[in-house]
Order: sequence, then structure tokens, then C-alpha cells
Amino acid sequence: MSIQLQVNGAARQFDGDPEMPLLWYLRDLLQLTGTKFGCGAGLCGACTVHLNGEAVRACQTPLKEAAGKKVLTIEGLSTHGDHPLQKAWAAANVPQCGYCQSGQIMQAAALLKTHAKPSDTQIDDAMQGNICRCGTYQRIRQAIHMAANGGKA
Amino acid sequence: MNATALNRRSFLGTALSASAFVLVARALPGGETEVALADALNGAAWHLPIYMGLDADGTVVVIAHRSEMGTGIRTSLPMVAADELGADWKRVRIEQAIGDKKYGDQNTDGSKSVRDFYTPLRAEAATARMMLESAAAQKWGVPASECSAQNHQVVHAKSGRKADFGELVASAAQQPLPKNDDLKFKAASEYRYIGKGVPITDMNAIVTGKGVFGMDAAVPGMVYASVEHPPVFGSTVKSLDDADAKKVAGVSQTLRIPPLKLPYGFQPLGGVAVIADNTWAAFQGRKKLNVQWTESAHDSHESAAYRKTLEAASATAAHVERNEGDVDAAFSSAAGTHEAAYYAPYLAHAPMEPPVAIAQYQDGKVTAWAPTQNPQAVQDTVAAAVGCKPADVVCNVTLLGGGFGRKSKTDYVAEAAMLSKQLGGKPVKVVWSREDDIKFDFYHSSSSTYFKAALDAKGRPTAWLQRSTFPSIMAMFDPNARYGGFSLGMGFTDVPFEIANFRAENGAAEAHVRIGWLRSVANIYHAFGVQSFADELAQKAGRDRVEYLLDLIGSDRNFVTNPPQMKGFDFETARLKRVLTQVAEQSGWAKFKPSKGHALGVAVHRSFLTYVASVVEVVIDDNGKVKIPRVDTVVDAGLVVNPERAKSQFEGAAVFGAGIALMSEITAANGRIKQSNFNDYRVARINEAPVDVRVTIVKNDSAPPAGIGEPGVPPIAPAITSAIFAATGKRIRELPVKSQLA
Repeated sequence: MSIQLQVNGAARQFDGDPEMPLLWYLRDLLQLTGTKFGCGAGLCGACTVHLNGEAVRACQTPLKEAAGKKVLTIEGLSTHGDHPLQKAWAAANVPQCGYCQSGQIMQAAALLKTHAKPSDTQIDDAMQGNICRCGTYQRIRQAIHMAANGGKA
Repeated sequence: MNATALNRRSFLGTALSASAFVLVARALPGGETEVALADALNGAAWHLPIYMGLDADGTVVVIAHRSEMGTGIRTSLPMVAADELGADWKRVRIEQAIGDKKYGDQNTDGSKSVRDFYTPLRAEAATARMMLESAAAQKWGVPASECSAQNHQVVHAKSGRKADFGELVASAAQQPLPKNDDLKFKAASEYRYIGKGVPITDMNAIVTGKGVFGMDAAVPGMVYASVEHPPVFGSTVKSLDDADAKKVAGVSQTLRIPPLKLPYGFQPLGGVAVIADNTWAAFQGRKKLNVQWTESAHDSHESAAYRKTLEAASATAAHVERNEGDVDAAFSSAAGTHEAAYYAPYLAHAPMEPPVAIAQYQDGKVTAWAPTQNPQAVQDTVAAAVGCKPADVVCNVTLLGGGFGRKSKTDYVAEAAMLSKQLGGKPVKVVWSREDDIKFDFYHSSSSTYFKAALDAKGRPTAWLQRSTFPSIMAMFDPNARYGGFSLGMGFTDVPFEIANFRAENGAAEAHVRIGWLRSVANIYHAFGVQSFADELAQKAGRDRVEYLLDLIGSDRNFVTNPPQMKGFDFETARLKRVLTQVAEQSGWAKFKPSKGHALGVAVHRSFLTYVASVVEVVIDDNGKVKIPRVDTVVDAGLVVNPERAKSQFEGAAVFGAGIALMSEITAANGRIKQSNFNDYRVARINEAPVDVRVTIVKNDSAPPAGIGEPGVPPIAPAITSAIFAATGKRIRELPVKSQLA
């Protein structure tokens, strides 16, 4: 059974095991490696992408669940790396190692769609599934506020 | 250029081969002998580094020879070189070095990249700058002393003439090398970047998902491998049934990795690899393996029982590491004594990127791509694993998705190389699952520390006895090692309290799992024990904790720690007291009114030559849940080249330390590690981490650069438990806090 889906605006067809997680399809088959492998169990958020606009863990999303849907990854979030969150992330010097930050940004982007000006509590609620082992949380919070405020700190 | 220079140039990898002008390797000043954290497998001192070149158009190419795992070092060290050269940062290209001894030590741990390479990089840059200045002077017929490099040009101020570096490259290459003694460094006031900082070079790549971490590397024709490791350290494959595994779509075969031999070092653990055409298929195949394992001497290893052996060793006389005065006599004549014991568990590193590597074995040589802190150890480990020379291993270093010490151990890279060799040279990407990472780490030691003090009328110690027992990192390199070695110099034998009678002892312990260094290493449990005990004594004396710590540290004095952390660096008590005093002021310590469930805690510790004090505010609810609204940290790390990145390290250290204090714990039963993923190996999340970490870097440019990445961690746990006591009256003597307050 062939699965049709859209990834970052491009139509894709997948003919393999429908149980394969979207994560490994993106990474190993499409070479879209911005979506990271962190835990494989939906516990860390490193693989966060948007499925029809909602944040999901790609490692917990079998391809059959993505059939007929639109997938957005960090590579497709903006054309020139200029999404307000990407700009805020750079302005606040959020990343340390950077590995989790694709997932953090994708999670935050989903948050801003439902809460244009999130409170600290709303940020913590939305972001607590995304682990940053370097501990950049306070700057993540700061950058989300910044993006929500049109780039102002 | 002379023959030696050309010959050396031919050794350069692709990074500099296109450069028109490559500096000649030379011995440079500033080499020091490291005692603490010396890599036992790679003891050779750095020598003859080659770090920079210029393209014909004047673009400055700087080699980043240390690994980027989040400290910003891939930016900060090239920034130092660029500044000394007089380069415009916009015209600097950074190239990541492969593993090669010519760069000096590349093992990116011990918080020593800037400490060790600030001077060598400036020396090489100053050499290049003087040669560019000579070239301009020759061109204009003026003395070189009248020419100076700034903003990518050499300027002759008297005549107003200017020449871009690009115009001077060819001629500069022909200039004689200045002697080391003749090198002229810029004045501090002339630096445009050092002490001010620049954003990390990988920022855009990271926020757009284009950065290449080890997990993201790919080479044509590669296959994927997932390795089933022995569940107990030291066991080996007894029997294997891989029929079902090979039925998984995408799985091609399984391969054996031979068991490790003594001494363990960084060798692969051995086991069974499933080879597949994508990562997921390899993981699925793993689940279908049926492997029987041999018995191991470590089958009975169990954390609670092991803890008792550590505590028993710390409860009795042990190996004396430091001894001043007569502790026993002071105890027998003391009016009062106090004693306490503390325990801290194994910890896993758990970098967000699990271990992963690609290797290709061809014609007796190996090319590897790896997120490694230590590419030269990759060369050594891979060479030993496949039977070639270290020089025949090319280790390309990717970005690291976190390291924390895990990725200076190179077992996962050797796995890829061994498998590629077995597959006749096909490139292999080994991907560890998170479960592999948690269950097969080189663990931070579990530890028991014991303290006893004799007290005078003011509650100040007249004698101090401390014992520490923990499985040693040294056991990885010497199977008979039972004592702590260099770990004892980390917050134990260097306790800076002014006490006439002082004895430090180290109990013997056998290692039953792989032991390795984790961000700040033994400082974690030593600072926890020492600072907690000081906190108890202050409480017993009814004295303010900051004032009491200042009293314990005592007079301004410099001393050499034994064993010395590093040659040439005294322990300066005035600097320790200054950060403590300053953090008290910054946090409003004196004015803060604690209430039930709401208090401040404090701790101060020097590690990696850096002086750090933290005050932590805790709020504890009726269910015993600890929140940390604020951490104040004051740091004296001497000269700091990139203060913004330094601050970020101390912010992160507060989060890392909070995880250690509150929730992180690895335990073993039947020789097996019980935890497997972030559900049961807990690290701090955004809603659990300190909310507002306020870091102040003391400006102290006259002191040499000290550590940044690690020294923020040790004070956090004892400051948190100090605050918990002040808030609840509950003394935490065991980490993590977990449900102890419920």
C-alpha cells in the first residue's frame, strides 16, 4: 500500500512499511535531518514536527498516520531561516549544542499559533515535553516572548 | 617556505590545502602539564600546532581543533586567533580539524580549551600578523614597526597607506618567521572580540535544522547498524538466534563484535550488531534477536548493597590523602563533635544526541565521522579495534549534540569501524538508541562521603576528618585500581578551609560498571558533601551560612593543592571569598526573610581553576515538590574571552545541577542498569528547571583563563539542599531529593 503525504509543501509517496515512524522516513529516506532522534519514545521532543499544523513527535507517528496529511519540518518552517522564532532564537543566543533546538522551535511555533502571546505558564505547559540537556530553558522562554512581541525583548 | 614547512603542509587535511599561506608549525609558549583530568590514554603534551592560514583573497581560515558540544568553543578560540591577527570576523572561515596530534591535545573536556590554547593561538596569530606587517613594510619601504594590522588591513599610520590582507598574502608567506621571543602581542585595549564575544558561528545552521551533527552525517552506500550489548558488564555472547531478526524488512544480516579485553579503556562492549538499510529497520531487528549471555563477575551488582560497601569503607580508616596537624588528638579533647555521611548515585550523561558514528574501513585505513570530544582517542581506539596505525585513521568531527564527557569515550566509533571491516569496507553508521545510551554509559561514580568535625565554642572546627569512597575512573585503565586517583584533586584534597587539624582519606572501591567522567566529575559529590557538612556546622553553631563559610575559608592565602589541579595555578582564597561575598550581595542574602517552604541556600566551590558561588531560592509546596524560581551565580574564571557564551554555560550548569540534585539517578540490579529512557532517568525539564539564573562574571583579566563549561555545576546541588533545609528543616544527605520531602 502506497502512502501519499506532503512534506514541506512537496508531494511524497512512500511504499514501505506503514509502521515506520515518520522520524526515520524524514531522516533516513528524505535526508531531512533537521528533525532529530533523541529518545524514540515520545519523551524528549527532539523530533517535533507539525502534522496538519499540530505539533507531534515524529518518532511516535507511524507513516500510516501521516497518510494524506501535511508534514512541516524545521527545514520548511521558513524560506530563509527568518521565522520570528528563528530570529528570536538567534537574538537571544538560545542554542548551546543546538541538537534539541529544531524540536524546541517547532513546538514553540505550534504554541504561537494557538497562543499569540503566551504567558510563562503557558510556555512551560507547552514546552515541558522538550528536553534541553544543555539547559537553555530560560532563553527559550525569553525567545518565545520575544517572537510573540514582534522581536522585542 | 622551507622544506619543513612544505612537508608539514602536505600533512594538512582538506581544510587548509586550498590556502595560499600556511603557517609553519612551531613550538609555542604556554604549554602546561595537566594533572587533573589528564587523559590516561593520551598523555602526550600538545606540540607543534598549526591553526591558521589565509586564502589568496585574504580570507582567514582558522582551524577549530576542539569539539563543539555547546560551549561555543568552535567560535571562541578562532575568535581569539582572529583578534590577535587583526582580522575582520566577517572574513574568517572556521574549519573543523580532523583528529591529529599536530594540533596538540584535542580532548575537549576538563574545561581547558581556552585555558590551554589561549596563548598558543594568539602566538600563532601574532606570528602571522607580524609576517603580514613585514610584507607591507617591504612593499612600502618603511620599517615594519610602523605598520600595524587592524580590521583585515595592514596600516602605515604615518603615510595613511593601507593594504588588505589579500594583497599581502603571497609576500607574507616569504617573510622570515619571527622568533618566539620577538613575538609582539596586541595590547588588551586593541582587542575587538576578546572579552566581548561574537555569536556562535553555527547559529543559523542550528535554527534552520541544517547543522550537521553526528546523527545527521551520511556517506554514499552506507548501511545502518544497531548493537545489542551485553546486559551485564563483562558478559559475552553465549548463543545467538538471529533467524527472526533477519526476517525484518530492511535487515540484511547480523555481525558479532568481539568482547572487550582488559584494560577496558574506551573499547566497544562487544555484542551483536544488526545491519539494515535504515535505522528503524536495524532497531526492529534488534528486538527480534534472541541472545543468551554468559555469566559475569558483576552479575550480582546491586545498588543498595553496593552503597553499603561504599558507606562501610567511608566509615573506617582509609588511605590517607592529606594530613595536617593531629585530627585524632583534637577529636579526643574536643568539647563537641559533629559527623554526617552523604550519598550520591550513579549518573548517566544522556546527551540529547545518543552515541552515533560512521566509519569506513578501506585498505587497512579507516575514515570516521563522529560527534566526538576526542578525535585522537578515536584514532587510537579505532586503530586498536581494526589493527591499523592511529595515523591511518582519519576522524572527521561533526557537531556534537551534547557531550558532558560521554563523547570523549570512543567505543561507539570503534564499533562502526569493526563492522565496516567485517563488511568488506562498506561504510557503517552505528546508531545507539536512547536505551543503549542509558544502559551502557560510562557512569558518573556513585559515592559515599563521611565527615567529622571537632568544634570550638563558636562552632568552628578545630579538626576536620573527611573520607570519600567511589568506584574509580582509573579502573577503566587499570583493572586493579581501587582508589580515586586524579578525582581526589577535585573538591576533596583541595578543600580550602583554614583548619589546623585536617585529614582526608580515600576508601577502596571496586568498579562493577563502566565509570567515566561527567561534567565536573568528582567535584559533584565532593562539593555536595563538603558544602553540606559546612552547612550543618553553621546551623549547629546558629551562625549565618555565608558568614560561616567565609570564616571557614579563613585568611587570604595562596596554596598549592595536593595533588595540584594544574601546575602554575595556586588556590587563591581571596578569590573564593570574593565570589561568595558578591553572590550574597547580588541575591539579597542578608535581607531575605525565609518562611516555611521558602528559603535561600548557598554553596561555594572552586573547580577547573574557576571560583564559583551560587545562591539558590527554593519554594517547596505541601507535596514536597521543589521549585527553583531563582539562582544567582558569581564566577571568577580569570580572563573570559566570550562572556556571553560563558554566562550561558553557567545558566545551563544550574539546570544540570538541579537535575542532579532533584531527580537524576542510575541504579543497578542483577548487574543490569534499571533505567532505560527519559521516563525513568529523569533530567530537568523547562517546568522543573531553575527559572531565572542570574550569572555575573567577575572581571579579572589579570588572571589567566580558567574553566567555563564545568565549574558551574558543583555548587548547585549543595546550595539547593542548603535551601531545602532552611525551608523545611529536613536535612538532605542523599541525592537525588526525589520524594524525600513528600
